[in-house]
Amino acid sequence: MQPAIEVRGLVKTYGGQRVVDGLSFDVPAGAIFALLGPNGAGKTTTVECIEGFRIPDAGAVRVLGRDPRRQRQAVVGTLGVMLQEGGAYQAATPAEMARLHASFYPNPVDVPGLLADVGLAGVAQQRYRSLSGGQKQRLNLALALVGRPEVVILDEPTAGMDPQARLATWDMLRGLRERGVTVLLTTHFMDEAERLSDTVAVIDQGRVLALDSPAELVGRMHSPRLLVTTARDLDVAEVAAGLGAQVSADGAGRYLIAAGPESIARVSAWFAASGIPITGVTTARGGLEEVFLQLTGRRVRE
Amino acid sequence: MSAAAVRRIRAQAVMELRMMLRNGESVLVTFGIPLVLLVFFSMVDVLPHEGQRSVEFLVPGVLALAVMSAAMVSLGIATGFERFYLVLKRLGATPLRRRELVVAKILSVLAIEAIQIAVILGIALAGLGYRAPGQAVRGWLALTAVGLGTAAFAGLGLAMAGRLRAMGTLAVANVAYLALLLLGGIAFPLDRLPAPVAALARLLPAAPLADLLRAALGSPTGTVGADLAVLAVWACAATALASATFRWE
Repeated sequence: MQPAIEVRGLVKTYGGQRVVDGLSFDVPAGAIFALLGPNGAGKTTTVECIEGFRIPDAGAVRVLGRDPRRQRQAVVGTLGVMLQEGGAYQAATPAEMARLHASFYPNPVDVPGLLADVGLAGVAQQRYRSLSGGQKQRLNLALALVGRPEVVILDEPTAGMDPQARLATWDMLRGLRERGVTVLLTTHFMDEAERLSDTVAVIDQGRVLALDSPAELVGRMHSPRLLVTTARDLDVAEVAAGLGAQVSADGAGRYLIAAGPESIARVSAWFAASGIPITGVTTARGGLEEVFLQLTGRRVRE
Repeated sequence: MSAAAVRRIRAQAVMELRMMLRNGESVLVTFGIPLVLLVFFSMVDVLPHEGQRSVEFLVPGVLALAVMSAAMVSLGIATGFERFYLVLKRLGATPLRRRELVVAKILSVLAIEAIQIAVILGIALAGLGYRAPGQAVRGWLALTAVGLGTAAFAGLGLAMAGRLRAMGTLAVANVAYLALLLLGGIAFPLDRLPAPVAALARLLPAAPLADLLRAALGSPTGTVGADLAVLAVWACAATALASATFRWE
């Protein structure tokens, strides 16, 4: 089956700097696909090339097989876009904005129902400028969905939302997937990528570092660790020599040991024998965060 | 034009009109300033209007000022802020085409102008003793003048919005408005200005529009052909400039 979105060798340079540096990926039809990366990784530039806002310096982009700039009118009819911010008249109400955008499409969804779905029914008649950041985000989400798109592209969709609104947004996106809609989103939230998406592309400095399902990525990249907590400051080298395993500090009184759960008894016995009181030994939680750290050498929000 | 395109343009034009009427500064510049000028100088006889009653001189000029207010200042500033708030960028991701957006903007300006003309003429006739020239009115000349003037000033406003930052558009539009008010033969006749300044003023878009409206409303004027030519050049040049500088974001 043809991918919903194809990106091939995409390059975009600003002021001599390659913000997007030969990016390639396919978004399968009907999937939720996350571009995960730190700020400045090139996520927004990439989606804006796909949306047709930016002209790539090299490479090709297709949305449902079409060029988003040369076949603009065909693409915009099937594509729902959520910008990272802005996009509405300051003095308009959410109801007016949604009705305006609905009138641009041949078969729009029911506007009051849509506003209720994104939790804006109560503020549908308030001015946009008086809405909270999270409410503005939810209106932008509604505008992306009002035309019954086949593909939606969401730039940081849950940034600024409270936890309840985030969960509701995730449910809406899963509902879209059930109806066969393709979702491409950017995020710098690990849990969003891990729990919502079918496929994650980890990108940094304009390149794809890894591309797989979250479970595969974690399974492939995650090496087992034990987390030891203690009130003492430890000499990492000494502990490593004593245990015969790599040890690293992970904040005050927290030490990560490169060993699996089968080693818990041996590790606690060594600490007891060395006279170092410890307050806990557990398996460290592995996840995308750690995959990301291994791939990029830094945490996502550094 | 397809039915879908008509529906998109209508929805966008209604939105543009609502936003203009909901914006206090926009209402002030499109209605407040022309009306204050008209009422004040009609009732306080401080301006020289050789042999004419003040209101007879002022009405055509204030109509020209109203066109300039709506098409250049209000439209230009609103569009500048729409670009700033990414409204235009977001519209660019919908099936609304660029030319449909421009048509919608112009339709909303024409609607505002219709209201302005009705209000200005209504107040002048009912409250200021303005005598309608009756048979002498040249309707087609008035419509042509308003059409060309709208194209010229809307082109200038949109060119500013396309080229400058929002605050820059705000400043330039207001300065241009004041300059063209003084050089437009709107509050006082151009021949009160030094001859070189008056000659320059006749090449700017405000004075020809005011002159043409004065001719259309029955005042004898000998420069209709030249005024039409100057205004038509401005209309073409300004719309070309606007389409060259227009940006969705």
